[in-house]
Amino acid sequence: MAAVTSPRQRIGNGVAIVAVLVAVVVFLTPIYWIASTSFKSRAVATTVPPTVFFTPEVTPFIKLFTKRVQLTKPVDPEVYDASPWWEKRVYDGGERILRVGPNVQLSQYPNRFINSLIIAISSTALAVAMGTFTAYGFSRFRVPAANDWLFFILSTRMLPPVVIAIPMFLMYRTVGMTDTHLGLIILYTAFNLSFAVWLMKGFMDEIPKEYEEAALVDGYTRMQAFFKIVLPEATTGIAATAVFSFIIAWNEYAFALMLTNRRAQTAPPFIPSQVGSGLHDWTVIASGSFLFLLPVAIFTFLLRGHLLRGVTFGAIRK
Amino acid sequence: MAVGNVAAAAANVRPSRSAASGMSDLAIRNLFIIPTVAFLIVFNIFPLLYSLGYSFTDYRASLNEPANFIGLQNYRELLADPFIWTNFAITAKYVIVSVGGQMIVGFGLAMLLNRSFRFKGLVTTLLLLPMMLSMAVVGLFWKLLYDPSWGIVNYVLAPLGLGHLDWLADPNLALYAVAITDIWMWAPFVMLLSLAGLSAVPQHLYEAAAIDRAGWWFTFTRITLPLVTPLLLIALIFRTMEAFKTFDLAFIMSGLNETELISKRLYQMAFREWQTGKSCAFAYIVLIVVVAITNIYIKYLNKAKER
Repeated sequence: MAAVTSPRQRIGNGVAIVAVLVAVVVFLTPIYWIASTSFKSRAVATTVPPTVFFTPEVTPFIKLFTKRVQLTKPVDPEVYDASPWWEKRVYDGGERILRVGPNVQLSQYPNRFINSLIIAISSTALAVAMGTFTAYGFSRFRVPAANDWLFFILSTRMLPPVVIAIPMFLMYRTVGMTDTHLGLIILYTAFNLSFAVWLMKGFMDEIPKEYEEAALVDGYTRMQAFFKIVLPEATTGIAATAVFSFIIAWNEYAFALMLTNRRAQTAPPFIPSQVGSGLHDWTVIASGSFLFLLPVAIFTFLLRGHLLRGVTFGAIRK
Repeated sequence: MAVGNVAAAAANVRPSRSAASGMSDLAIRNLFIIPTVAFLIVFNIFPLLYSLGYSFTDYRASLNEPANFIGLQNYRELLADPFIWTNFAITAKYVIVSVGGQMIVGFGLAMLLNRSFRFKGLVTTLLLLPMMLSMAVVGLFWKLLYDPSWGIVNYVLAPLGLGHLDWLADPNLALYAVAITDIWMWAPFVMLLSLAGLSAVPQHLYEAAAIDRAGWWFTFTRITLPLVTPLLLIALIFRTMEAFKTFDLAFIMSGLNETELISKRLYQMAFREWQTGKSCAFAYIVLIVVVAITNIYIKYLNKAKER
């Protein structure tokens, strides 16, 4: 036959494409559901049957960022008219925003979100910086028992977090580091460091040695060659490693749950803790989750070319 | 001691530059590697030694009493405790169900995607989204999806006559409900690795098979599967390790005894019951199991890499 595809193959292809579409719908429905719930009113969020089409509103986000109490009696119409639009939305839901004098009281969410940012960014910066140097060391120099050392570096990721968290909790308590940003930053740096070394080693191995050798011949010192030749070549790898490390630290739950409770608590243990609390409202939990997942979703698209390498610790390169 | 090894063996490396042109390669190598290794020893090995010490005591972190040395009593009690073995059995069941499901769904998706069509890149990336998300938050919003009265899982299943299941509160279902969430989250991982394997199968093999009028099944079992197996194996190993460690999902989704995986039990023992000494001993038993699994893992990973 002259044609590359037979009619039978074309039908097969068509069926496969339909199946792919079904899979996309099935896989994205949970994500769509959390995103849409965060723009629903409380009444719409829990209807039977579920509401697919609705007028989006931002009330859940207003509630997410403010401290509220249930109204005990209807709000004074004059007060209602004098309030800004966003406060009216909260009144409409039968709640009132707490104020200290004229200032709106914020909920704990922004604080937890900022904690997550501080801890994820700091640990990423530390781990990627150290990891880049170490990866270069393993990539370019003869290290005795290099494979054993690399395995040791990786092995630190194999244990369930709880196993490490118990002694860390005792040690941190002794030195007064439980519930501190520094405590989590150090721990996240430790587990991102092993990841960064493995991933960066793959990227370093791909940079031809000849580049530095040429520079050395031109009179560069090894250090200069590293900073001026190797690092610029490794930029893509460093960026991908950094984004991955950020996501890992951003998503981490177990250590944060066990080693923080207030001051340094990050968003992952905080968001679920709101279920069952006084003003437990699924739309607010959904909006908190949605804002928290959004950066990761964006990063996933930026990283799409490096996902395979990242999720296998650099074991598989494409 | 371990760091000393690197330094002691340093004589193997010849400095290629004289001291006049900056640091020697040897010095640079040590400067780049030793801090990382030292850092990881301090924050990963030292805590383990610390908890090894506590595992021989009756210490309770909630009380203000000093630890008493009780020898191997914690280990004896744990190994004789039938509940611990139940936890291991639940974990094994969870690993088999969730990893098995991920392998089937993930490889199936990869087979479907392994053809050219418009928006293939976008579709692939969208399908990969679940595995990048926070397990804690995923567990939380699957609770919403599983809600017995208004969750959409039951709504979708209603036409099949399955609309009244209380997924997370039913002792017979809860573990499967958590595993389904895990499959949703990690089948994309298997898909990603399988796709890499499938796209590496040389096209001429398929052409040769077509010329020989080989059937679909023959082509699949004799060409596709053998060539993708190494990557499927890596996926299997990665997922088995992770599923064994599962804490976030199960902890957030269900408080039932039937979903008490090892990590959850360990957390309860350490941070709820405050049996610190005993939990350290339990952690060591888990550690030995992990080391055993890891050894198998590394063996196969090296085999797959050599290919």
